[in-house]
Amino acid sequence: MKKARCYTISPLTRVEGHGKVTIHMDEHNEVTETRLHIVEFRGFERFILGRPYWEVPVIVQRLCGICPVSHHLAAAKAMDRIVGGEQLTPTAEKIRRLMHYGQIFQSHALHFFYLASPDFLFGTDGTATSSFGAPVAQRNVLAVAAKYPQMAVQGVMMRKFGQEVIKATAGKKIHGTGAIPGGVNKNLSVVERDALRKDVPKMLEWSKNAVQVARDFTMSHLVELLPFGSFDSNHLALVRQEDGALDLYHGVLRAISKDGDRLVNDVDTQRYLEVVVEEVRSWSYMKFPFLKLLGPEKGWYRVGPLARLNCCSFVSTPEAELARKEFLALTHGRPNNVTMCYHWARMIELLHAIEVVADLLDDQDLQGDDLVVHGPRREEAVGVIEAPRGTLFHHYRVNRNDEVTMANLIVSTTSNNEPMNRAVTKVAKDFFTGKSEISEGLFNHIEVAIRAYDPCLSCATHAFGQMPLVVEVYDSAGQMISSASRYAS
Amino acid sequence: MRILVIGYGNPGRRDDGLGPALADRLENLDRANVTVDRDYQLSVEHAELVAHHDIVVFADAATDGDGHAPFYLRRVEAAADTSYSSHSLSPQAVLHLAAECFGAHPHAWLLGIRPVDMDSFAEGLTHEAEAHLALALAALRDALESNGLAR
Repeated sequence: MKKARCYTISPLTRVEGHGKVTIHMDEHNEVTETRLHIVEFRGFERFILGRPYWEVPVIVQRLCGICPVSHHLAAAKAMDRIVGGEQLTPTAEKIRRLMHYGQIFQSHALHFFYLASPDFLFGTDGTATSSFGAPVAQRNVLAVAAKYPQMAVQGVMMRKFGQEVIKATAGKKIHGTGAIPGGVNKNLSVVERDALRKDVPKMLEWSKNAVQVARDFTMSHLVELLPFGSFDSNHLALVRQEDGALDLYHGVLRAISKDGDRLVNDVDTQRYLEVVVEEVRSWSYMKFPFLKLLGPEKGWYRVGPLARLNCCSFVSTPEAELARKEFLALTHGRPNNVTMCYHWARMIELLHAIEVVADLLDDQDLQGDDLVVHGPRREEAVGVIEAPRGTLFHHYRVNRNDEVTMANLIVSTTSNNEPMNRAVTKVAKDFFTGKSEISEGLFNHIEVAIRAYDPCLSCATHAFGQMPLVVEVYDSAGQMISSASRYAS
Repeated sequence: MRILVIGYGNPGRRDDGLGPALADRLENLDRANVTVDRDYQLSVEHAELVAHHDIVVFADAATDGDGHAPFYLRRVEAAADTSYSSHSLSPQAVLHLAAECFGAHPHAWLLGIRPVDMDSFAEGLTHEAEAHLALALAALRDALESNGLAR
């Protein structure tokens, strides 16, 4: 007699939050339930309590070695309000924007060239048994470097450029101190500016090429990609207050439905608790945010590059705006709900980021000396920024002794928790149903769907070929009946 | 002979900051041919940096040393190794990328310094790790002075 089975994919990571996927299948080989579990508890918000507010923009960088700049700037934006300095000087705001867009640039380049590209380059090149089931030996960046060295070199150099922008604006690569409450502690010297500016034309050219690679891959594999892990959803992002333009550093909250209806109409970020609620579920340490207006069942939403391009009214830089229009043409101008289109959207943002960096480097305000402003003190503030992976909320209360008494953080990956779970479910049902044996290549399909969101935990799902994936099969009574590791160590 | 010393780790996790601490203390080294770099972790861009040097020393907190030895200095070779996050590469993978992308094959060493506490959310090294760092730093300075890293 056949038995129900439970497949476990674990770990999905070891670096920024351990995760695993469980897939339950009944005796008829039907998928009955899937879950993406985040099993590491960090408790970082409690760690911040009692610390003086001016330390927080530096401390929070310990949250994550992948995008510390996002936490640095989100915390600094909140602390700007604590010291009454939210109206930054032109120099301070532009230095911070340069830092942030440099980070977006390096993060998107790293993800595309080093995490996602093996799926694109090998998954559909005829060596695979299915769309993303390329042989394990190929499914890593070292194989990319061997077969496509030019692309690998571009990825390295783009990442390096973004890191150099961060170093020049944050002061150093580790625990940067550039953003302080009410401003910044340094400007950009002419020497630093010129060192960065000389590489901009090359970065711009490579970014355009990257958009083309993502677009061409998508357009030439529509049959496979359109349904892959896809579903309709709401989308949430910051947009520029004045005109709804894409703005990754500052703006108001906008949410739209799958059809583009405005659900949250450009709300001040200080009122985020009127917009977003977090639900706790017993099987994961990661919360499940949703739009208060719609409730937990219908109010979940996506964040990140796809959501941002769907929410914004336009992109303010010319090349990226052209690319956005072409992107939206795929869905006839309506919101794009195709999970795998995250990659294309991410490359459009990469192009936008380098255009913004180029414009900023031409701006003499970066060499200004007016760096910090203070005003009437507040005891509570929110800082929101569009991190590479999506909207990032930092919320603090500070007492009269300058100590933090409350901290609440909603990170991008948390907002994408429900969507990632749904993507896993969709892929499992589409590819696992009816199969009595699940191949290693098919397990990679699950990771491809998760990887599209570029969650912190995705950094482990790709890599250098030896992710120690463990699969355990349980019967309906909870007894493990077999286990296997897809990589022998 | 161009020499690069990369100290890496997270100073916010106590002794995980041994690598960056070593880099900080080498800053005043008065040798024109030695470049010192520091970072949270090794990543793909380090392949390009490595490619510009003849000798590379990767300095990190390491628990895989010999018993209670405060540090070790081992040769390290390029390899498509088994680390599985491209946000955090091993020295072997960095060297492999340097070879594949830039045709560079530097003479490389891993300076592993024994930590005591890498779990706490705190800055500053433990006293024991400070002692291990001092010994490792002295050995590295000797090796740099005697040109021992070229052998």
